[in-house]
Amino acid sequence: MEKPVSNRHSASEPGDGFGDKSRRRIALIGNPNVGKTTVFNILTGMRQKVGNYPGVTVERKVGSLAGKDAIDIIDLPGSYSLSPKSLDERIAYDVLMGHIKDEAAPDMVVCVVDASNLERNLYVVTQVIDVGLPVIVALNMTDAAEEAGLHIDVPALQEALGVPIVAMVASRNEGIGKLKYQMRKEDLPPRATRHWAIMPAVDVVLPPLMDALEGKVAEKGRFIEALQCLTNDTMLEHWEERAPDFHALVIATREKLEEQKAPFRQAEIMGRYGWLSPLVASVTTRKIDPAHRTVSDKIDAVLTHRVAGPLLFGLLLLLIFQAVFSWAEPAMDLIESGVVNLGLGVRSTFPGGLVTDLVVDGMIAGVGNVAVFLPQILLLFFFLGLMEDTGYMARSAFIMDRLMSQVGLGGGSVVPLLSSFACAIPGIMAARTLANPRDRLITIMVAPLMSCSARLPVYTLFIAAFLPTGTVLGLFTFQGMAMFSMYLLGTVMAFVAAFVLRRIVFKGESSFFAMELPPYRMPRFRQIFWRMIDRSKAFVVRAGKIIFGMSIILWMLARFPISEAEPGLAAQRAAADQRAESSRIEMIDSGMSEDAAVRAVEAEMADEYYTIDAAEAAYQIEHSFIGMLGHTLEPVMRPLGFDWKISAGIISAFAAREVIISALATIYSVGDVDEDSPLLRDKLKADTYEDGSPVYTPLVAVSLLVFFVLALQCMSTLAIARRETNTWKWPAVMWLYMTGLAYLFSLVIYQGGMALGWG
Amino acid sequence: MTLLDMKPGQRSRITGWSTPEPPSRLLELGMLPGTEVEIVRYAPLGDPIDLKVRGYHLSIRKSEAGHVQVEEL
Repeated sequence: MEKPVSNRHSASEPGDGFGDKSRRRIALIGNPNVGKTTVFNILTGMRQKVGNYPGVTVERKVGSLAGKDAIDIIDLPGSYSLSPKSLDERIAYDVLMGHIKDEAAPDMVVCVVDASNLERNLYVVTQVIDVGLPVIVALNMTDAAEEAGLHIDVPALQEALGVPIVAMVASRNEGIGKLKYQMRKEDLPPRATRHWAIMPAVDVVLPPLMDALEGKVAEKGRFIEALQCLTNDTMLEHWEERAPDFHALVIATREKLEEQKAPFRQAEIMGRYGWLSPLVASVTTRKIDPAHRTVSDKIDAVLTHRVAGPLLFGLLLLLIFQAVFSWAEPAMDLIESGVVNLGLGVRSTFPGGLVTDLVVDGMIAGVGNVAVFLPQILLLFFFLGLMEDTGYMARSAFIMDRLMSQVGLGGGSVVPLLSSFACAIPGIMAARTLANPRDRLITIMVAPLMSCSARLPVYTLFIAAFLPTGTVLGLFTFQGMAMFSMYLLGTVMAFVAAFVLRRIVFKGESSFFAMELPPYRMPRFRQIFWRMIDRSKAFVVRAGKIIFGMSIILWMLARFPISEAEPGLAAQRAAADQRAESSRIEMIDSGMSEDAAVRAVEAEMADEYYTIDAAEAAYQIEHSFIGMLGHTLEPVMRPLGFDWKISAGIISAFAAREVIISALATIYSVGDVDEDSPLLRDKLKADTYEDGSPVYTPLVAVSLLVFFVLALQCMSTLAIARRETNTWKWPAVMWLYMTGLAYLFSLVIYQGGMALGWG
Repeated sequence: MTLLDMKPGQRSRITGWSTPEPPSRLLELGMLPGTEVEIVRYAPLGDPIDLKVRGYHLSIRKSEAGHVQVEEL
């Protein structure tokens, strides 16, 4: 079959090959927890592309079938129904109807169905049939159905539905060959007809609505579009502007039906189940009494037990926390030292100068800033994968839901929020496990308030330097209590923010909760491994680009403009050079070898050069853009107790919070030190304003600590939030509200403290 | 009688919803009049509930369960 070459690469993303019209396009749909992703991964292997649908947080996953056939597979989000409850849920319906911009409707749909749960699973199948596309049913998990004593008469079901059915066990690769055969067949299966009947009151009003869609929706899709618009507000919404006539007609029809007291909103659901229930009963035979308790039920009796359940969940959380917090540490250290060594290697190979600085301090450091998150992301997603794959994730939400519902979230937010204690990046990514888009967004928005591990060095430095030692009640050290307060403040504010977001930003949105508790399964490590790779790739490719770019920009802000050497320092360096030269000559004259003399002088002068280098670096940063910004911001930051140096440190800390320590070390010319350095601590304590009053008092330290608890000082968090919400709007809101909170709290603390005479 | 009057292990049949607009997602999940439901257990903190409906486990909150009218079987 010859197809015009010009058709290649004509749709969606130019050049990705997935918009090619000569290729067969098959959509994959099904309920959550039915093994749809397993089927997709087996069919497409490594040939996958992940993107985003415009305007929503839903991922667009497309892959191509192995072999020489030109077949693309579109993996649609798992859904119980095609009737959307939110914009995100519209995607599946819009893809099938061909409503996505620059993307034609698929040629065929494969519905993955859980054989042990036919009735609920076939609901969406009857909807897909009504869309008017050729359908194949992949009857998955037939092993679980047999185990549960359920026998399905597949030919009879096939006859009744009017679509081909392939029985399979995807997790064991059974039936995949038959499915592929059906997908490859030259002739597509014929369109199935609708068998279910809708209540008469609604049946009579549909034809006029369908006629009104003429020229707007293809003939075969008019029935379902009219039905959806009549019964579903999310569906009707977008016609308001596109076709006001149709919109008005639907509203009028609804009013008429309301007068007749016809429950039209439930008409579709009752009609479909009314047909499905007797059908499923007629094609299945149960050998086991329904009151029988399965293995899964017995496991549940322990894992969701009133006492054992929360206890075991607590232990699991502790394990995850421990893993992300400390097991990732060696790998992160390795990456960090690797980056440092690579930088040193480049410096020793290439001449010093601006280009080398750019490569080492900008680019290599930028790559390091991205790579350093990978150990935590991989570890966290291993545990999340394990929880999801075994079915335990739903149980953890079941256990925690009561607690989280107090602030308007669901039990599923517990794991993402607690993960954020280690780092908000994997925490925000973990919010993907939430099915409710609103809960997911609120969780993302408050996750950065949980005190992450990057804040720890900042807390350590300032608490050790400025807060009194001593104990409370003879048991808790004052400094330890201060540390605990920082974590507590962040956590409490996260819950307050969730509560406020829920009440103000998302008020009025329906908040009911319905979650399937799928049967427990043995974890399949291949699937878990896949997900770990998938998530890490998404992080590196999408958020990594932004983090890398911002690292270079921050380097430039600290490095430019290049200032002339300060005259005093230049003189000092010249004098040191002269002394070094004369003592070298002296040593050679006294009989030392050339090499030995150079080494001796280097050792003798090392401290002096270190001091001069550090002073020059301090001078450079003061006169760089960051230094200037610090000075510019000083009037705004002074009411919080911060001088220009702290302000400049806060700006530098945007690369990562702990960077404030190296930035302050540079500004105070103590060279390269860490948070435990007594040298830096003493320098900070000794610093005074021109009038002789100290820059850092315990009150300033508390103000700064609180600022760091609340402010969104992290470009990587912004980058991942951008990637996960698919817009800059939410990261912008996140930065503004958190910075606003930080400023407000620090202002109240510093000004209040001053008024009470604690300054 | 509503679902909340049922004890864990007790089976009942849905007779209707006491709210004019029952959440359509729950209906789509099969919580229709005529359907058999069994309360399996309450969550450790008392809410939500684990239900067995149409052969699978569904968890809903008490606030919704209170709207589900049932008759004992």
